[in-house]
Amino acid sequence: MCTVCGCGEGEVRIHGGDHHHHDTGHGHEHHHGHHHEHGHGHHHHDHDSGAHHYGEGPAGASVPGMSQTRLIQLEQDILSKNNTYAAGNRQLFAERGILALNLVSSPGSGKTTLLVKTIEMLADRFRPCVIEGDQQTSADADRIRATGAPAVQVNTGKGCHLDGHMVGHALEQLPLSDGGIVFIENVGNLVCPAAFDLGEAHKVAILSVTEGEDKPLKYPDMFAASDLVLLNKTDLLPHLDFDMDVAIANARKVNPQVKVLRVSARSGEGMGAWCAWIEAARAMQLAGHPAGEAAQ
Amino acid sequence: MHEMSICESILGLLQEQAQAQNFSRVDRICLEIGPLSGVEVEALKFGFDVVMRGTLAEGARLDIIEPEGKAWCMPCGQTVTIEQRFDACPECGSHQLQVTGGDELRVKELEVN
Repeated sequence: MCTVCGCGEGEVRIHGGDHHHHDTGHGHEHHHGHHHEHGHGHHHHDHDSGAHHYGEGPAGASVPGMSQTRLIQLEQDILSKNNTYAAGNRQLFAERGILALNLVSSPGSGKTTLLVKTIEMLADRFRPCVIEGDQQTSADADRIRATGAPAVQVNTGKGCHLDGHMVGHALEQLPLSDGGIVFIENVGNLVCPAAFDLGEAHKVAILSVTEGEDKPLKYPDMFAASDLVLLNKTDLLPHLDFDMDVAIANARKVNPQVKVLRVSARSGEGMGAWCAWIEAARAMQLAGHPAGEAAQ
Repeated sequence: MHEMSICESILGLLQEQAQAQNFSRVDRICLEIGPLSGVEVEALKFGFDVVMRGTLAEGARLDIIEPEGKAWCMPCGQTVTIEQRFDACPECGSHQLQVTGGDELRVKELEVN
């Protein structure tokens, strides 16, 4: 049946003037009198046979005034695929009672040194595993492995961030233990990792005091996405003009709920508070999980 | 500069939809990108042309809707318009704002054939 006018296939009807042919085989098909207009700027007929074709577009039918191009209302998040992978990771973490932290910062903020110290303080209790993201080299994973903790290096090549898919594969290679901790050290970059959920429980932003107190305002997305800010390298404060209160105020402007800890991986200042925060976050992750109940 | 990978994600989404909804060309794509989404629209436009080259969306028209940034101001108890995440409330100057809109990053509609 013709989807435009409702007439039957191959049906030929001739009522005074208004003729209506389909597949009549006379080499010049007419399809309603009103489709005979010419000179309106587009072609429906093929020049060899003189036949007029209205059903060859993607819609298989023609409606005057409408193009055969389809409009699809999608309303789909561009990052939905990454979010699906992240949700898979998050589910794995929930099932096994694992706390996953996504550590983000600019390059040179002292992330890896901080992580090495943190692992040394926590290793005997929580069996931490590490995923290291960098554009190139396995230098950071080597530093982590030297502590005895298992680490997987992900080289993103030209990529500027880790995504949910990369982390999912890295997790397959780690000897995860129920109730453990996974640290994900993201690529040193305060811009892009903000947008990519990895399935972590919290993003932790690390800002070293050598970087300037305006970093949270310059890179607001990252500080808005983080639940905790570590102000690192506080042992250097006597040599700098860094205003701690301004830095904290700036972080709160972007993210009023954010918690801030002052730490120094070198002197050990604040490391106890940082480890206490991790333990509290782990307790939240374990609430109601069998691995948590077994530990009590 | 993750606009490039955003464009790759858009392409992946188009290819998926092309199979599901049976089309082979994308003529127009309409995106909704908020000012708080962390995506730079100009960089995205540049990356779009590069990434779509040689694909079903080569030469497709890119329309971008940019909604306003919105936040709930806790002291004022009302929704206000902001341009950046660290903006103060234009009414009372407080930074106790909860972003409620403007972080959109989605494909709104496609014109295909």
